[in-house]
Amino acid sequence: MEDQIQRKGRFLGNLDWLAVLLFFMLVFVGWLNIYAAVYNEEAHRSIFDLGLNSGKQLLWVGTTIVLVTGILAVDFKFFDSFAYVIYGVVMLTLVIVLIFGREVAGSKSWLEIGAFRLQPAEFAKFATALGVAKFLSSPSMKMDKLMTYVRAAMLILLPMALIVLQGDVGSAMVFLILVLAFYREGLTGLVLVIPTVIGAVSLLSLLYPVVAVTLGLLAVAVLIIAIGEKTKKRIAMVVVSLGFLCMVSVGVHYVVFNIFKPHQQGRVKAFIDPDGDPLGVGWNVTQAKIAIGSGGFWGKGFLHGTQTKFDFVPEQSTDFIFCTIGEEHGWVGSAGVVLLFALFMFRLIFLAERQKSRFVRVYGYCVVSIIFFHWFVNVGMTIGLFPVIGIPLPLVSYGGSSLWAFTMLIFIFIKLDAHRMQMMAR
Amino acid sequence: MNNSRRIVIQLLIASVAILFCSKLFYMQVIDDDYKSAAQNNVMKRFVSYPFRGMISDRNNHLMVYNDPVYDIKIVPKEFKNVDTAAFCQRFDIPHKDFDKLWKKARRYSWVKASTLKKQLTKEEFAEIESYLIDFPGVYVSPRTVRGYNYKSAANALGYIGEIPPRQLKKDTLKYYREGDYVGRSGLESYYEEYLRGQRGASYKMVNVRGVVKGSFQGGEYDTLSVPGKNLTSTIDLDLQAYAEKLMKGKVGSLVAIEPSTGEILAMVSAPDYDPGLLSGRLLGKNIGKLYGDSLKPLFNRPIMAAYPPGSIFKTLQALVALQEGVIRPGEKIYCDHKLIGDHAPIGLFDIQRAIKYSSNNFFVKVFKEVLNRGVDSNTFVDSRLGLDKWHSYMLRFGLGQRLGIDLPGEKKGYIPSSAFYDRYYGHNRWKASNIQSLAIGQGEVLVTPIQMANMGALLANRGYFYTPHLIKDVDGNGPLEKYTIKHETNIDPAYYDEVIKGMEQVVQGTATRAYIKDFPIAGKTGTVQNPHGPDHSVFMAFAPVEHPKIAVSVYVENAGWGGRAATAISGLVLEKYVRGHITRPWMEKYVLKGDFLY
Repeated sequence: MEDQIQRKGRFLGNLDWLAVLLFFMLVFVGWLNIYAAVYNEEAHRSIFDLGLNSGKQLLWVGTTIVLVTGILAVDFKFFDSFAYVIYGVVMLTLVIVLIFGREVAGSKSWLEIGAFRLQPAEFAKFATALGVAKFLSSPSMKMDKLMTYVRAAMLILLPMALIVLQGDVGSAMVFLILVLAFYREGLTGLVLVIPTVIGAVSLLSLLYPVVAVTLGLLAVAVLIIAIGEKTKKRIAMVVVSLGFLCMVSVGVHYVVFNIFKPHQQGRVKAFIDPDGDPLGVGWNVTQAKIAIGSGGFWGKGFLHGTQTKFDFVPEQSTDFIFCTIGEEHGWVGSAGVVLLFALFMFRLIFLAERQKSRFVRVYGYCVVSIIFFHWFVNVGMTIGLFPVIGIPLPLVSYGGSSLWAFTMLIFIFIKLDAHRMQMMAR
Repeated sequence: MNNSRRIVIQLLIASVAILFCSKLFYMQVIDDDYKSAAQNNVMKRFVSYPFRGMISDRNNHLMVYNDPVYDIKIVPKEFKNVDTAAFCQRFDIPHKDFDKLWKKARRYSWVKASTLKKQLTKEEFAEIESYLIDFPGVYVSPRTVRGYNYKSAANALGYIGEIPPRQLKKDTLKYYREGDYVGRSGLESYYEEYLRGQRGASYKMVNVRGVVKGSFQGGEYDTLSVPGKNLTSTIDLDLQAYAEKLMKGKVGSLVAIEPSTGEILAMVSAPDYDPGLLSGRLLGKNIGKLYGDSLKPLFNRPIMAAYPPGSIFKTLQALVALQEGVIRPGEKIYCDHKLIGDHAPIGLFDIQRAIKYSSNNFFVKVFKEVLNRGVDSNTFVDSRLGLDKWHSYMLRFGLGQRLGIDLPGEKKGYIPSSAFYDRYYGHNRWKASNIQSLAIGQGEVLVTPIQMANMGALLANRGYFYTPHLIKDVDGNGPLEKYTIKHETNIDPAYYDEVIKGMEQVVQGTATRAYIKDFPIAGKTGTVQNPHGPDHSVFMAFAPVEHPKIAVSVYVENAGWGGRAATAISGLVLEKYVRGHITRPWMEKYVLKGDFLY
């Protein structure tokens, strides 16, 4: 008996079955909708048909199970010990893809190995998460010092820079969200507040004339000075912030309308005013919203959607998979998937918080942050709350690299969590 | 502290989840716009255009049929990796034009088809058909335009063209859509509702490129198209073509009617045009040219031109005088030239002789008597009452009002009423002598050529007429109902015989160019004074005198005295129709040689 527990513990540990269940539920939802997204009533092709995306995705899911088994089989200490090695190897592949990569749709981010195509940028996520977790968990780190995080940020900026060089700005932006994990470990809350304020000001500068935004900021600044205590230091702070935000406002406007390439400008414009050019740059957003909005409360029923399978929504199997969910399963289905993600992230936070090891906790928060970013941006863009940035909905969107990368990202954490009692607290 | 940070992160996730769920709820449950937008996206109404009804002449010669043509369309998104130079060469599109069309198509839509080239003929299409496969994104949509077997009767047939915006706006039943073809003039317009048939509609689900992916709700709302109704015209193509030949080089009109039915056997507006000029692709180019022509070939003179009738009007005046009893058959009155200038000799005239010599003074005299019956001691009042009565006679003859022919744009002509002269001279300030020129078809009276031909028909019938019409059969159901109603003039048939005898003598005596041996014709010439140039020549006749088969009116502008052009043409047409051939080729030569264009 004792022996059995011991053996089981070595392989599965105290595996969190709820997290595993949520993981596979999302994968299953994705698989069904990948089939529905391009379903053709007249062709009568099976969901297992390897000529279809759904069949291929099922293959990927199969390999995923092998992958999961592999991850669970590896000694849990491996990920801690080899974190930097893994990080290094993946960074190397990012460099390799820059040299030997194959260009698809404007970005050189695919590596071809035989009939296989991989997107190393996807794998950079878990590798960076490992690297960052390893770095922050080293005993010498002082978690209340800003410098700690500035140095950790280097680990993030490297893959970002490489991925930007590949031409995939969307994927690169994902790494920024790792500050959420920093925040959890003690980085000042300003890292959340400042980007939010800057984001809001940027958005306002795009929606309204810069002059109006500047005047508005001025009014707010005067109000803040008037209400609070009037110490010199405080007034100076407000004035500096005001100056900075005015620069942001002018800068954003300048960058978007003078430096951005036309297709990038188009995306911004489509976000600000999708109805302005519904057949042009606004097409994706408009059609995505139509698909989801037409779903109603209960949806049109599985395989009974029209907007996605008739190609009105582009990229309906990958980045816009959420449209199929919204159309065929209505509010019940789409809100359900949104909540499924929230539940999954809550569970992962719960797992992260019960770690004794900082390494695992930081890694767990990195996992949550990355899922959060993808979830927020992907769903946000399909329902018109965020500009179109081509990143997939984790586990749900069609695509092997993405599925593999997220499987590794998540299951390394689940594996580490399963052995939390054996992890050394630092 | 770290616990509160965990809560901040959890709150962040929760608030995003709530934001998403509420936005989704708003989009999916509250706002209905997306549902209709989705339906508009996928549901496409496919209209199947029925064949437009065809038109044949009274002897089943097909005059108007449908000719297939092909539109070349392009979907910019699919038009990729194409050698545009080769494309332009194959499809015979100048490179410059292609660039323009391409830009226009892209502006319209990246994913929807734009027309690149319109209405290729069968032959042109056959040439490029095999190349279509080499050029992705290039499609063909077939449609039909009107084809004509004969170059005749253009103005009567009319043409079809894209529906004008004003008509589209008036179409309250919303039958038409922009770009639909409708009859724009002539029979095409008048019988539009019969000819057009009924469009079928099927509702299909389409993908973003408009490719059909299946029927909408199992085709529950689909309807089949019903072809337009075929029309049989009253026109006799041989006669029509012959009449057109005779009218060539002249300005005017010719109308021939079968008196017993009101069927129009021939209707010529000279000059006219080849109906094929206004078919399909050529329409836009040619219509402007035709509109710009100073001789107005698109002006359908038989129904749209109103002329003073001149002396042919005297036949009706004779009938009125007889019916009113101011003169009896055979009663002679002495006429000099005191009342009005005259070509007739001075002497004794009865009705027949007065018609034969077209005595102006005779008809002015009896006209004045018709007006002044002594009903009122005041001459002015008496004249007014007389004119009112006279006016009602004229209406019985179908004058001063639209006859109701089956063509759009018919003019009423004009028969002045007492109200008109009251306005002109003042109330009770005019009497018979002021308006005596009405008696000889001059002055304020205006008559359309179709009304003149109808005069001939009602004389031939000895007292009644059927409204002249061009279509004798609509899809096997006979003519429109209004063309089966007999219009009586309520004048004693005996008086008609009297007038007709006079008209027979006209042909034997003064209008000898219409005289044909052993072929009794009754006719009346007219010369209409024209202040702008040579007088207009007019002739109204029917034949044979007993059992008439055809009544005709010919009006030739600026052709001088009635005996010349109009009479000669009438004689030829009457003989051609009744006998099937002509016996006086020299007369035909005379007509063809004559040039009356000014």
